[in-house]
Amino acid sequence: MNAHLRWRKLVSGFMLTLTGVCAAVSVLALFLILGYLVVRGGASLNWAFFTRLPVPVGEVGGGMANAIVGSAKLLLFATLVGVPIGFLGAIYLAEFSGSKMAFVVRYAADLLNGVPSIVIGIFAYALAVLPFKQFSTLAGGFALGLMMIPITLRSTEEFLRSVPNSLREGAMALGASKWKMIATVIVPAAYRGILTAILLAFARVAGETAPLIFTAFGNNYWSAGWTQPTASLPVTIYNYALSPYEDWHRQAWAGGLVLLGLILMINIVARGILSRGISVSRS
Amino acid sequence: MSGSRSFLSRLRDGDEIARLITFVFAATVVLISILLVLELWHDSVLPRHKFGLGFFRTTTWNPVEGDFGALPFIYGTLVTAAVALFIAVPLGIGAAIFLAELAPPRVSDTLEFFIDLLAAVPSVIYGVLGIFIVVPLMRQYIAPSLKSILGFLPLFRGPAYGLSFLTAGIVLAIMIIPYIISVSREVLLSVPRDQREAALAVGSTRWESTWKVVVPFARSGIMGSIFLALARSLGETMAVAMVIGNDPKISASLLAPGYSIAAVIANELAEATSELHTQSLIELGLVLFLLTFVLNGLARILIVVTSQRGAGRARA
Repeated sequence: MNAHLRWRKLVSGFMLTLTGVCAAVSVLALFLILGYLVVRGGASLNWAFFTRLPVPVGEVGGGMANAIVGSAKLLLFATLVGVPIGFLGAIYLAEFSGSKMAFVVRYAADLLNGVPSIVIGIFAYALAVLPFKQFSTLAGGFALGLMMIPITLRSTEEFLRSVPNSLREGAMALGASKWKMIATVIVPAAYRGILTAILLAFARVAGETAPLIFTAFGNNYWSAGWTQPTASLPVTIYNYALSPYEDWHRQAWAGGLVLLGLILMINIVARGILSRGISVSRS
Repeated sequence: MSGSRSFLSRLRDGDEIARLITFVFAATVVLISILLVLELWHDSVLPRHKFGLGFFRTTTWNPVEGDFGALPFIYGTLVTAAVALFIAVPLGIGAAIFLAELAPPRVSDTLEFFIDLLAAVPSVIYGVLGIFIVVPLMRQYIAPSLKSILGFLPLFRGPAYGLSFLTAGIVLAIMIIPYIISVSREVLLSVPRDQREAALAVGSTRWESTWKVVVPFARSGIMGSIFLALARSLGETMAVAMVIGNDPKISASLLAPGYSIAAVIANELAEATSELHTQSLIELGLVLFLLTFVLNGLARILIVVTSQRGAGRARA
């Protein structure tokens, strides 16, 4: 082995080790900070966090019950807006549309997907807040729903397309009309994938803060209704973390942990559903 | 087949109705994106007429006087994104090379699973971690040591409050690393096996085959992952708003506080009183939209080109 070869092997070993170090640093750094969140959040979490309203500044205690309910309402409305458009739009793309229309819709969906969430927020603000001169739960849910559309649409379409054509032909051969084939054969065959797509879209918007600040705004009490401002978990965490009060910081950590736990759980469930395979055969 | 049947019989079976209903929903998606662009354009007409291009050149942001210049925000957005890329690109690509080329498939897939989960962590949580962990670290350790070692550069001068361009850049870097790893790994894995084997067969070392053959093959896809990460960090709001200091100033020093486009929209839109103020913020939103639109488009083209090239070679 000459010196040059030895040098090249040395470089190779060194650089490859370096990539390992990069991987270790990235993964470890991410785990360390999330671990810190679990420790701090876990220490601050208590039953009152889930059941009590925020208390005035200076008093210790209280919780984020209104923000948790507010987030649930926002996400419910977002799902009602985002999932039908995404799901039915995807059926059109996969089963009915010609290639030109499909290209345009896909392009629009990718465009929407890339728009920063704050810009989606501006859009919802101009459409659903300014005309009524009122921050509202509906406006916030609308903003989140818009963000769910592209994710649901693109992945649902992909899963519908992965259903083998023989199933379509089989259903047609039995004399089913096209919509009957879609409703009774194609969608059931792809349902795991579609469920995953919807869950991932849900998880993605569950932690969104930016578009809620000026649509759903915030609220220290229970929201008075769908047309009134509401607190939400992410916005409350944001406000509490920026406040100068020690007890609010504690609550922000607890809120962060709850939010993170919820989102990671949905993600893991979604991936679990998918990894069991796309069920093609159903009795 | 349905083609031979009359329109009426298809209508009776419900096919045309189903087609129409799903078409309406698909068209809604197109409509929404058109409306979004029109809305941003239409609702930023006042500052465009009043300030013209001066909007992008002036540095005063005074809602009381009705004077709006966007330069400090654009500067802050670009600087924080640049810092984030400077940190995240080497780390992320190094990690992706490790996962794609060296790690056994099972380790690589497991780590990828966790990295995908990390990409799902909401930005407000990175903001909380930033404000309670990175900011104090910055104030006590990072900024003083940077000043003592690299203080001769204008980049690292002046007092360090902890809230700064650099802090925001670091938090952004932590956020975008998972994206870079995930996409780059995917692109590297799509490089055909025979490329590696050919390089090894002519006597290159493992690193030479990786660095001189595999990485150049995947170059445009990796660039795509970087553009994607850049678009993410330009549009990121919460994590930046919480640690950048929210001070509309242009400073050469990375240790000074600044402001970003997304952060100023988040902080001021809900409370903007004058029409001009609201519309100036919306014009900033339009700028952000255009920036990310171009970057995302480029990223998509680059990623598709690379994976198609890989697939084409693999089949040949």
